[in-house]
Amino acid sequence: MTIRYSKDHEYIRVEGDIGTVGITDYAQGQLGDVVFVDLPAVGKQVAAGAETAVVESVKAASEIYAPVSGTVVEVNAALADNPGTVNEAPLAGGWFLKIRIADKAELDKLMSEADYNAYVASIG
Amino acid sequence: MRYLPHSETDRAAMLARIGVASVDELFADIPAARRLKKPVDLPLAQSEIEVERSLAALAGRNVPAGSVPFFVGAGAYRHHVPATVDHLIQRSEFLTSYTPYQPEIAQGTLQYLFEFQTQVAALTGMDVANASMYDGSTGTGEAVLMAHRVTRRRKAVLSGGLHPHYAEVVRTLSDMAGDTVVAMPPDPEGREDLAAALDDGVSCVVVQNPDVFGNLRDLTPLAAACKARGALLIAVFTEAVSLGLVESPGAMGADIVVGEGQSIGNGLNFGGPYVGLFATRQQYVRQMPGRLCGETVDAGGNRGFVLTLSTREQHIRREKATSNICTNSGLCALAFTIHMTLLGEAGLRRLAELNHANAVDLAERLEKLPGVRLVTRAFFNEFTLRLPVKAAPVVEKLARRRILAGVPVSRLLPGAGLDDCLILASTEINTDSDRAALVAALAEVL
Amino acid sequence: MLNNQGRPTAPGPADASAHPTFTGNRALLQQEPLLFEIGRAETTGVDLPVPPKVKSRLGKLKRSGVIGLVGLSEPETMRHYVRLSQKNYGIDTGMFPLGSCTMKHNPRLNEKMARLPGFADVHPLQPQSTVQGAIALMEQLSHWLMTLTGMPAVALSPKAGAHGELAGMMAIKAAIAARGEARTRTVVLVPDSAHGTNPATAALIGFSVRAVPADADGTVRVAEVKKLLGPDVAAIMLTNPNTCGLFEPQIVEIAAAMHQAGAYFYCDGANFNAIVGKTRPGDLGIDAMHINLHKTFSTPHGGGGPGSGPVVLSDRLAAFAPVPFIRRKGDRLELVEQRKGSKAFGRMTAFHGQMGMYVRAMAYMLSHGADGMKQASEDAVLNANYIKAGLADLMSQPFGDRPCMHEALFDDVWLKDTGVTTLDVAKAMIDEGYHPMTMYFPLVVHGAMLIEPTESESKAALDLFIMAMRDLAMAAKRGDTARFTGAPYHAPARRLDETRAARSPVLKWTPPKAAAAE
Repeated sequence: MTIRYSKDHEYIRVEGDIGTVGITDYAQGQLGDVVFVDLPAVGKQVAAGAETAVVESVKAASEIYAPVSGTVVEVNAALADNPGTVNEAPLAGGWFLKIRIADKAELDKLMSEADYNAYVASIG
Repeated sequence: MRYLPHSETDRAAMLARIGVASVDELFADIPAARRLKKPVDLPLAQSEIEVERSLAALAGRNVPAGSVPFFVGAGAYRHHVPATVDHLIQRSEFLTSYTPYQPEIAQGTLQYLFEFQTQVAALTGMDVANASMYDGSTGTGEAVLMAHRVTRRRKAVLSGGLHPHYAEVVRTLSDMAGDTVVAMPPDPEGREDLAAALDDGVSCVVVQNPDVFGNLRDLTPLAAACKARGALLIAVFTEAVSLGLVESPGAMGADIVVGEGQSIGNGLNFGGPYVGLFATRQQYVRQMPGRLCGETVDAGGNRGFVLTLSTREQHIRREKATSNICTNSGLCALAFTIHMTLLGEAGLRRLAELNHANAVDLAERLEKLPGVRLVTRAFFNEFTLRLPVKAAPVVEKLARRRILAGVPVSRLLPGAGLDDCLILASTEINTDSDRAALVAALAEVL
Repeated sequence: MLNNQGRPTAPGPADASAHPTFTGNRALLQQEPLLFEIGRAETTGVDLPVPPKVKSRLGKLKRSGVIGLVGLSEPETMRHYVRLSQKNYGIDTGMFPLGSCTMKHNPRLNEKMARLPGFADVHPLQPQSTVQGAIALMEQLSHWLMTLTGMPAVALSPKAGAHGELAGMMAIKAAIAARGEARTRTVVLVPDSAHGTNPATAALIGFSVRAVPADADGTVRVAEVKKLLGPDVAAIMLTNPNTCGLFEPQIVEIAAAMHQAGAYFYCDGANFNAIVGKTRPGDLGIDAMHINLHKTFSTPHGGGGPGSGPVVLSDRLAAFAPVPFIRRKGDRLELVEQRKGSKAFGRMTAFHGQMGMYVRAMAYMLSHGADGMKQASEDAVLNANYIKAGLADLMSQPFGDRPCMHEALFDDVWLKDTGVTTLDVAKAMIDEGYHPMTMYFPLVVHGAMLIEPTESESKAALDLFIMAMRDLAMAAKRGDTARFTGAPYHAPARRLDETRAARSPVLKWTPPKAAAAE
């Protein structure tokens, strides 16, 4: 299992050729209380860097970009009733969607956990 | 100058504190060549009495609706507004308050908006209503954009009975956004077949009920036809009082209901300010434009109200907003709420019945005039006549006799071959002698 | 005989908070249920005659079922809304230092004039011969707006500032289309400091938005604009004075660069109050500017509206102005309502616009005159700089201490490590009796606090405001966080749970479930 991060504070946790995508703890802290997540339709094809979802807090809205290209195979329907899970457990129950990854080589363009933590510290 | 508190002593002391010799130093960033060297070419300050004289002179050159027999409608209606309404909206805490972005000191505004939303949802027969739009016409434009977002299609079908100004507003927005509008031709008898215009590219059908000619129709079959094609039915009204007696658009299956609330609480005001009512189904709430007020609790555990679902709006989404709207029609919505509170369920029904009764009485008298044909079969408080001559000169002649006899269709639809058609509204403010005067004068002039 | 019944006349114990009431009221501050909790379906506060029996012509469309409304008698209605009003802060209560909102005094003469029957009780579709005075007032307002701005044309009809922006950008789009460049010129330049309505408006009519970077001092440099100019650019949208309260020093050069590149200049006129009578936007090279009558020209904010947003237009755009527009035919005035025969791009709204606000604005303009309006702008700018001078040593400014125009901008650097945020300062201001300043706008400044006093504040009012802000600033730096984080303590409501309102939206009253189950 590998986990990679984007500069837009998304993570993708890879198991086999499925990646689970969500936002990081830093991102949820910046947003404030999440009130709604606008998720894509299952089956949607996404390109790396394309806007795939929108996460809304009371005062802000943030676009979520697909970290890699692929097909959306599952979305986290539980977020409709409990959007706060994104704040409480962003890397666990607060996941947004799962992608069937088209090209694993794209993962190399993303940051490792160590690099991401350093990046967050630098923008702190 | 009565509105400016500073004395020259004050100004001097303030300049000294700031550390500049003159106020012009504070305007130094204006390029020197562009600074005005002399005052603009406009009159100097005037006292209250002078301003009153000058504006009263202008006002005196107009014929107020209340001074003559009055039958003008076609999108704005003269009703009696109780004295309480105007008094309350002039309370400073309502008149001079701001958008309730700081809810702790705006619970007055927020609570009445919540009451307003509840009233509008009930009136229209829909799940949820917003805190008002600028007016019915811009609200209709926004409803079409919303339908495009929901269906991901960009073609709107407009009924020929939609108020021509409303249709023009929709067309202007559509042309600019690169969307498509299919407009049915106007028909005073309301015989069009809107369902036939549906195809898989249509996002919405926009139909007005009662329409601009006064026609009432059952929207239920059209609603079913839209649903079968994945299109939304947008039901528009320009006479809010009609909802006291006519079946609600929600009950007939509309997906979005938008209309003009001016009839309740707000005077004619030569076209504005008015108040747009906008309501929809629960499933579309996040696509609804405009402000929304929601219930919550405060830190003390007490119920309170706040503006909510703001992430739809421009100040957060910017170029991805549902609309660019930054204002609702606050004080006009308050006037609506207060008048609707005074009326209540029983009062609104009775008011609507009075309107219909007066219109029926007028219609029956006019039908008897030779050469005059009433083309509207089912109506609320407004209907269309076909005259044996052009309607516009008739209206001018009657105006010279101090009777305001409705709107010639040629005013709204020149060149549509409807120059002999006249739209007449009859609300509760007409008296028996008003109606008699109109009928007699019309008989003479025709 | 003397009244020899004495009673205590000195105040009792000071602490009231330990003495709750049965009603939950606190003297003049009254709890007020929702209309739907106290009203009744059968009650009405309007006396209407019994309708005569007529043969119905409703077709089969009579409303079935209950509407779901409730009513109150007149005295109950009066109390309900008076009590609600008492929970609101208004300009008549105290200062609203809201940057970019221009919360100036709303003269009551304006209300009186707007209610003259000749203005209030006329229908927009009456024969035009019966409303010549109303059209004349619109013509007079047009003349004043064009003269103040130095522009040759104006479209009065937009119903709000954002609506005026839309009209101005639509005129630009129409002008571009008339030149055959509709497919190529699709980009609008907008600074990140712009108000959200700017990019939202551009996107609404199919433009894509390209961000213009601001300089370190928040202003836009023509060199940066030129880097972004190309044959695909339709227009730039700039606010002047800008959203940081500064006059754009290179505005003339930017306008020239835009025109040279075949593009247009839209100016957001929200901050016009700073420069009325001091300079004319037309002289700066702009092509279109909306004016907020409810900001610069004192029409009341009414708790969120109605507004009015006429847009002035340059020669390049005048021909495309929407209907209706005014035409003079000898001594008669005509409102031209049809597009045919003109290049008007369309129609913004039904009827003629916000006549009620035109009358109010006209009363304001006539009262102030050329000299009064210039004085008002000077006092507005003076007042903002006076506040800045009083707070500069305690509160940090993002672009250094330099003269501002009608509004002073601070950021939250001075709050670093205090545990107090801009939001907390705003809420503590409420306890001090002030509406908070504009907060977190412009977005380009962290924790922005934008303070615009307007010309309506007296020196005494400004001095008290400055002292109160200084007290708050010192309290924050001292670590007195409780004063802030729990604020407001004294308002009709405490801080409200906006998260809950957004997660579980309740947007109307519904009957309680227990009652429904009976």
